[in-house]
Amino acid sequence: MSDIPANLKYTKSHEWIELLDDGTVKIGITDHAQELLGDMVFVEVPEVGSAVSVGEECAVVESVKAASDVYSPVTGEVVAVNEELADSPDLVNHHPYGDGWIMQVKLTEEGELEELMDADAYGAAVAEEEH
Amino acid sequence: MPNNTPLYDQHVACGGKMVDFAGWDMPLNYGSQLEEHHAVRQDAGMFDVSHMTVVDLKGKQVKAFLQKLLANDVARLKDSGKALYSCMLKEDGGVIDDLIVYYLDEQHFRMVVNAATHDKDMAWIEQQAAAFDLSTTERTDLAMIAVQGPNGRDKAQAVMTPAQADAAAALKIFFAVDIDGLFIARTGYTGEDGYEIMVPAAQAGEMWKQLLEQGVRPCGLGARDSLRLEAGMNLYGADMDEGISPLEAGLNWTIAWEPVERDFTGRQALEAQREQGGLRKFVGLVLQDKGVLRAHQTVTLNGEAVGETSSGGFSPTLGKSIALARVSASVGDECQVEVRGKHLACKVVKPPFARNGKVCVELD
Repeated sequence: MSDIPANLKYTKSHEWIELLDDGTVKIGITDHAQELLGDMVFVEVPEVGSAVSVGEECAVVESVKAASDVYSPVTGEVVAVNEELADSPDLVNHHPYGDGWIMQVKLTEEGELEELMDADAYGAAVAEEEH
Repeated sequence: MPNNTPLYDQHVACGGKMVDFAGWDMPLNYGSQLEEHHAVRQDAGMFDVSHMTVVDLKGKQVKAFLQKLLANDVARLKDSGKALYSCMLKEDGGVIDDLIVYYLDEQHFRMVVNAATHDKDMAWIEQQAAAFDLSTTERTDLAMIAVQGPNGRDKAQAVMTPAQADAAAALKIFFAVDIDGLFIARTGYTGEDGYEIMVPAAQAGEMWKQLLEQGVRPCGLGARDSLRLEAGMNLYGADMDEGISPLEAGLNWTIAWEPVERDFTGRQALEAQREQGGLRKFVGLVLQDKGVLRAHQTVTLNGEAVGETSSGGFSPTLGKSIALARVSASVGDECQVEVRGKHLACKVVKPPFARNGKVCVELD
């Protein structure tokens, strides 16, 4: 079974969102997603300062198997990206919720957070996908 | 329902991530494709290739038949056990499949063809064989394990009887020996030394477990693909198919033009193509920028399309992305590949990219 931390929010397309103390959010892909994709070999992150919209492609994770789009769970401005991924894309495999984060976003639509799934709902969605 | 090979239970026991491949439930990886890939380049790995089709051809006219069926010439096989790589062509020169044929004696050859093309291959072979005096027998009673890597031969010999191990140790590259129930071939699809071992299905699981004990790492289809790509070996269905001439797939070396009177199927079409010229060339690409090359991306030269990748991926040995591509003859040392709207810089090289544990191309 894949790891689904209780303190995070999730999307159906397997992104996780962590609300930070300063009101920004950190975004990455879930343990389940990295497991499905296999060993990561390249992550294309957005540019700092660029605008992202909810549900739109914002990054690409490329594994040994295929390239997959990462969809932004929120609307806002990218304030930081994980530069470590350039040399160590495998951080996404080994620490999907920690050092394998992809980008940090300053929200413009706070209400969007309410639309996201909690850990229980995401766990149920994953379980359903597997059957 | 997908087919299972005799090693299915072993894959599950080893934590194999099972996927459907041409109707077979096969392991994609057992956790990490990258680690499996490195194990084969640096030590020893094993692959279940039991899904491939093994066909025995026996009879008085088997040699004449194969000289007609195959673009390469089995007359080159003089010593028992010697193997030959060849394409099987349509009349129009398109590739029906690529295969390995082993010469056992004048009236007995063994062929190994792809799993994904099983039905059409068998239909074609049966149809072509009708005019000749020979029998064809599919060896579904055999499983096949490929043990590959610099330590692969030693580790595989450790699970054989002394007589089998001696015979295996004495094999030259691209030779096979049939001994006491095992068919041991010094062949493979990884660019490393090793064996492909045909073993009776009932004994395959035991052999797999013994190989595990020797420290041979189970490897899935993912690593098999990245290893063959690095080794510059074509994949049927990706790098060539019925719509592609072997002359545009880097397979000229597998066509035996001499003797000129040997009228193999597809010969006239290939001669016409050669005469006409203007053929695209088949090259290797090494990505200079960050990113990953994949199959079916457009190759460009200053913005103009000049070809397409047929296989691509990340090369664990090079630490860069590589591809095989069919491009116009005008392409020189450099080109670009279009990935998500960007034109990424590539160096054009002659495959293989890596073999025998070493990088074979200049990276800078």
